[in-house]
Amino acid sequence: MSLLEVENLSLTIGDTPILKGMELSVAPGEVMGLVGESGSGKSMTALTVMQLLPHAARASGRVLFDGIDILAATEDQMCALRGDDIGIVFQEPMTALNPVKTIGEQVAEGIRWHTRASRAEAEERARKMLDRVGLPSAKFPLSRYPHELSGGQRQRVVIAIACALKPKLLIADEPTTALDVVLQAQILDLLRDLVTESRMGLLLISHDLAVVTEMADRITILRHGEVMEAGDTARTLSEQLHPYTRQLAQASMHVPARARPHGVGSSQLLLQVEGVTRDYPGRRTSLFRRAPDIRAVDDVSLSMAPGQSVALVGRSGCGKSTLARMILALDRPSSGTIRFRGESITDKSEAELKPARRDMQVVFQDPYGSFDPRQKVEKLVAEPLHVLDKKPTRAERHEMVAHALHEVGLDQRDMDKYPHEFSGGQRQRLSIARAIITRPKLVVADEPVSALDVSIRAQILDLFAELNQKLGIAYLFITHDLSVARAVTDEVLVMHDGKIVERGKTNEVLDHPQSEAAKVLVTAAPNLQRAIARRMQEQG
Amino acid sequence: MTLHIEIPEETFGSILAKAFRNTAFVAGFVITLLILAMAIISYVWTPYDVTKLVISDKTQAPSLAHWFGTDHFGRDILSMVMVGARNSIAVALVAVGIGMGVGVPLGAFAAARGSLVDEALMRLNDLVFAFPALLSAIMITAIFGPGAVNAIIAIGIFNIPVFARVARAGALAIWPREFILAARAAGKSSTQISIEHVLPNIATLLLVQGTIQFALGILAEAGLSYLGLGAQPPMPSWGRMLFDAQTRMVVAPWMAIFPGMAIVVTVLGLNLLGDGIADILDPKSRRQR
Amino acid sequence: MTVYLLKRLTIAIATLVLASIVVFAVLEILPGDPARLMLGMNASADQVELLRNQMGLNAPLPWRYLHWAGGLLSLDFGRSYTYSVPVIDLVRERLAVSLPLALIALALSTIIAIPVGLFSASRRGRAGDTVAMGAAQLGVAVPNFWFALMLIYVFAVWLRLVPAGGFPGWGAGLWPALKSLLLPAVALALPQAAILARVTRSALIEVLNEDYIRTARAKGLPYRAVLWRHALRNAMIPVLTILGLQFAFLLAGTIIIENVFYLPGLGRLVFQAITQRDLIVVESVVMLLVAAVIAVNLLVDLSYAVVDPRLRSRQ
Repeated sequence: MSLLEVENLSLTIGDTPILKGMELSVAPGEVMGLVGESGSGKSMTALTVMQLLPHAARASGRVLFDGIDILAATEDQMCALRGDDIGIVFQEPMTALNPVKTIGEQVAEGIRWHTRASRAEAEERARKMLDRVGLPSAKFPLSRYPHELSGGQRQRVVIAIACALKPKLLIADEPTTALDVVLQAQILDLLRDLVTESRMGLLLISHDLAVVTEMADRITILRHGEVMEAGDTARTLSEQLHPYTRQLAQASMHVPARARPHGVGSSQLLLQVEGVTRDYPGRRTSLFRRAPDIRAVDDVSLSMAPGQSVALVGRSGCGKSTLARMILALDRPSSGTIRFRGESITDKSEAELKPARRDMQVVFQDPYGSFDPRQKVEKLVAEPLHVLDKKPTRAERHEMVAHALHEVGLDQRDMDKYPHEFSGGQRQRLSIARAIITRPKLVVADEPVSALDVSIRAQILDLFAELNQKLGIAYLFITHDLSVARAVTDEVLVMHDGKIVERGKTNEVLDHPQSEAAKVLVTAAPNLQRAIARRMQEQG
Repeated sequence: MTLHIEIPEETFGSILAKAFRNTAFVAGFVITLLILAMAIISYVWTPYDVTKLVISDKTQAPSLAHWFGTDHFGRDILSMVMVGARNSIAVALVAVGIGMGVGVPLGAFAAARGSLVDEALMRLNDLVFAFPALLSAIMITAIFGPGAVNAIIAIGIFNIPVFARVARAGALAIWPREFILAARAAGKSSTQISIEHVLPNIATLLLVQGTIQFALGILAEAGLSYLGLGAQPPMPSWGRMLFDAQTRMVVAPWMAIFPGMAIVVTVLGLNLLGDGIADILDPKSRRQR
Repeated sequence: MTVYLLKRLTIAIATLVLASIVVFAVLEILPGDPARLMLGMNASADQVELLRNQMGLNAPLPWRYLHWAGGLLSLDFGRSYTYSVPVIDLVRERLAVSLPLALIALALSTIIAIPVGLFSASRRGRAGDTVAMGAAQLGVAVPNFWFALMLIYVFAVWLRLVPAGGFPGWGAGLWPALKSLLLPAVALALPQAAILARVTRSALIEVLNEDYIRTARAKGLPYRAVLWRHALRNAMIPVLTILGLQFAFLLAGTIIIENVFYLPGLGRLVFQAITQRDLIVVESVVMLLVAAVIAVNLLVDLSYAVVDPRLRSRQ
């Protein structure tokens, strides 16, 4: 018998249909993977099971948990289930914990509420649970506050809260999306162990096919609120019978076709970073003392040739974004020099930087945050033209924007629209259009595809590859995602704790990592092909 | 205090449509418009001449001839309320103008520069906030003499730090955004960025604060003129009318009721308007008072 | 924690010193010679000069400031020109009326506002919320002195429950004295309560949308428990800010309200002193009020640290 049985579930919020005849089941001790792109309704499925839906939501159909009809249950019945028989882990660990309560209080609270245990008993159980999720009380006493923990540690606290009473069903809604690959692997391991230990059913919700394949026994693929395909993970993904399943799988493994790198071997180096260090002043610990400086970037040197595509890979907090900002002259190094086309940019005033700015552009991660919502596309894409010596006329500007939009596959008529009228993928195209409008020699792209759905991500990677070939633009890709590095770069630099620990040809480094940091990254990175192969092997 | 600004993503048309479905906005808009109309009409027409004293008509209860009754000099209270609106609105509006004109550039500058400039400016703000506004306004008007102009200056000065604070908090929330970084990467100076990107994105916040300060200005002006420090007779003002009414509460309560209602309705209208605008444009903006 | 405390304390003291310079400077540039004012128009120039010397008015400016500021610190505020008594005695006598009034009003406003805010936030969008917030919207719009007049009309003139004004003094017994402070306190408190209730409600609603509220509900806590245990404390910061601002507002508000009710308080004292150009009284009372405001703001800053652990560890 199933632990959780969702039958013909439909959900609307206001007038918007979210789920249409959704079917899903989770057996005790089973890991069910629920996969879908953004807007497919997967998070809403989780909230329906918990009955934590927004007020305007209306659900119909049947949701049976352990014989209880969830949709008909009273709020009191649900309170008895939540946290006791059903636990949930959310995506965003940074905001999921109450900032003014200690982690001990927050873990013990559910225990006390459901078991009526004394404060001391509940604290003892909370201590054990935190210890179990990898936060031993010697290093992480119950009296810690959430802000004293890192993102990965906070997610462990959230898992401790969810699993404190050994629920029958654990729902994990994108539990690792906000974390880097290494933390992701650790958290997934922890979830897997907890589930096996107490025979919990796990409903794992993710947009990442590789993650789900590694974890789930069975898989349900959701699109626009409808189930496309459901079944055994290994079989579903090896056979790929449903066209949407195939599309998702191919997009996850997509590598753009690229000819030989272009322009490599040219006499002058495009970018030279020499012994660059960036320190941030430490926190003041008392009136006269400061903690030692924090070294975000530590004596980094690197160089890039024109037209070359280089990946800068590392875990979050390794200093790669700080380095990128210094290369873009948005931040200044504490020591060392950065030369762009042979000229130092580290000691220049904003006016002197103009020529460099013209040849150096940037694409950011967040396609929603990187445009001023109050300006139209024409003005936004034309913004870098500001650095040209000769200001283009209105007509010229119009022409240039039209051309740039055309190059990234957008229509010239899109010029009069506001950014919100575009989808995430289209906005990232706009971002690229803005970056190439001055015909730069170098584009720095900071996690440019990590906020995009897999199918969109594949298209944007293709676009990057194409522009590299066509315009000879050199790329510096900042990413923690090895598949992105493999897709579009020739060379890779691995960064760890502010230092560059390994460099080489992309394929060589990714296939035969030498440094510890690179090895950890490579092993932790989810890989769909490898995951499918392993599943097949396990089942013989 | 950190401020979260949700930047709405819609067109002018859809905002307008939403505005007319928002009860607070419509009510506030209509009330404000009516009060403004009343003030403007008073320039060309009032039921009676407010400068003419008709002692034979003194302290008459509301009637068809005098809807709001008459005061102790036999003047028509409705006419006085109409003329008083002019004074209240002018004082409060100019005071908001002073506050915005000085405070917003200061706040935006502090946010753009950061560190020392910011710190100095905020400490200056602390200093102004340490003086209870009304007390200082009383001192200013008492020192420089009572009158509408000095009331404007007194209220306006205390609007400056309010707008500086709101503009700074709003700008600080905008500065870390990626589109600002993109503009910097495009070589724009911090002044250009403040004007092109920051100010348009905090305009709603300032508009909402503007209506709040406008309403507070009306209240402050009434307080000052109640103490005899605002507009001087024979120019009628709502606060002054209340002062005159106080000793005659037993015989002529209407002398107190109607000017007071005028203040309440005006302030209510402005606050509803502000709430409405905030709801429509910035569902999440946190207003500061 | 100590860094945060010391920083706030330093800022408070610096603000106080700056404020005293401003007060001193403003009154210094005022037209009118205090000595001339004291002696009247008929006094001869020699007499005025003699008094100026006696009062130390001819000493250099910085010295006079230091002398004055030193006097403030030792609670020697000088003598009032008009009342011819030490200012400290005047202040002490008047404070006995104003301080209880402000405190009663603050307490009243808090007691009304916080529960209303909680009630409204927990029933967001329902009838109770609409009614409560409608009342609050109206309350914010009411000028306190007009509200005071209406209260006098209803409770003193019409129902004759309380006196219309005046203060019998604490010597007349606790109840008669309190009774005459009741209407003024209500008049001061209600408009402030309306503001505070609105702030409480919106702070709570904002907090209730946070992710950690969902986490708390996912633990199985009922809505009410989540509201009390998780939302309220997080919503306290904006509420505390407003409470601090309101204290300054209440202090100043007493100036008008004391005039409405003919209460012999600090506000009335300073108002009369301004019109009579009794500068020593004005500067002393203004400094006292400024010091009170700064002290309350410091208290608010410290209470932030109690509420929010992030402030305790940050610089």
